Amino acid sequence: MTYKTGAGRETTMSARTDNPNAQIATKLRALYLSVQEEAVPDRFLDLLEKLDAVERQSMPDVAE
Amino acid sequence: MSGGMTEEKPSFKREMLAALPSLRAFAMSLIGRHDRADDLVQDTIMKAWAKQDHFEMGTNMKAWLFTILRNELYSQMRKRGREVQDSDGYFTESLAQHPAQYGSLDLQDFKRALETLPPDQREAIILVGASGFSYEEAAEICGCALGTIKSRVNRARQRLQDILQVTGENEYGPDATSAPITSRAFVS
Repeated sequence: MTYKTGAGRETTMSARTDNPNAQIATKLRALYLSVQEEAVPDRFLDLLEKLDAVERQSMPDVAE
Repeated sequence: MSGGMTEEKPSFKREMLAALPSLRAFAMSLIGRHDRADDLVQDTIMKAWAKQDHFEMGTNMKAWLFTILRNELYSQMRKRGREVQDSDGYFTESLAQHPAQYGSLDLQDFKRALETLPPDQREAIILVGASGFSYEEAAEICGCALGTIKSRVNRARQRLQDILQVTGENEYGPDATSAPITSRAFVS
């Protein structure tokens, strides 16, 4: 993008980079996805199975 | 007491499972360390499970879990004297234990920059910029006004730009406060 100003001053340089917010957004998502794409650790699968099993045996009453 | 209404349970569990990858990523973004982030996720799962009667199937499970995780984090921080996040381990962990995790040095730098944000700004930009929530949903998760979330996200972006200098030196000049004054001089 080149802006023409009356004085012919070149302001091209100030508009040269990509949208900085887009760069930040890309990096933020990349960082986030690096964790999100990991397999869910077994500890959580086991935990959910246990919670489910306990609940099937009795009504849930303990919550810690 | 088995039978009857059990059919809701598997689906609650399944929806929770589906939200876990994103929940972990959120926790990791807030805390910066895998071990502590996963401890927080575990606490969140327990809390959510105990409160599942409060959850309406068909509504946003992810937002619900994020809210619980966030409340849990801040309540733990209050109890432990704000030391849930340790900025030292934040970086050493990723380098030492997960060398391949964040890929380029570029992302390491970004992670470091993210860490310097105030927690309220960090969570705001993560929720909106990475977790895929709308500003409205993020406001609800954080329990604050829509305008507050928007301003936190803006400040976070500005701060990250300053730190990472993604704009180069041109956009804001030598410092952000003098730049608007300088450019105004050219308008007329």
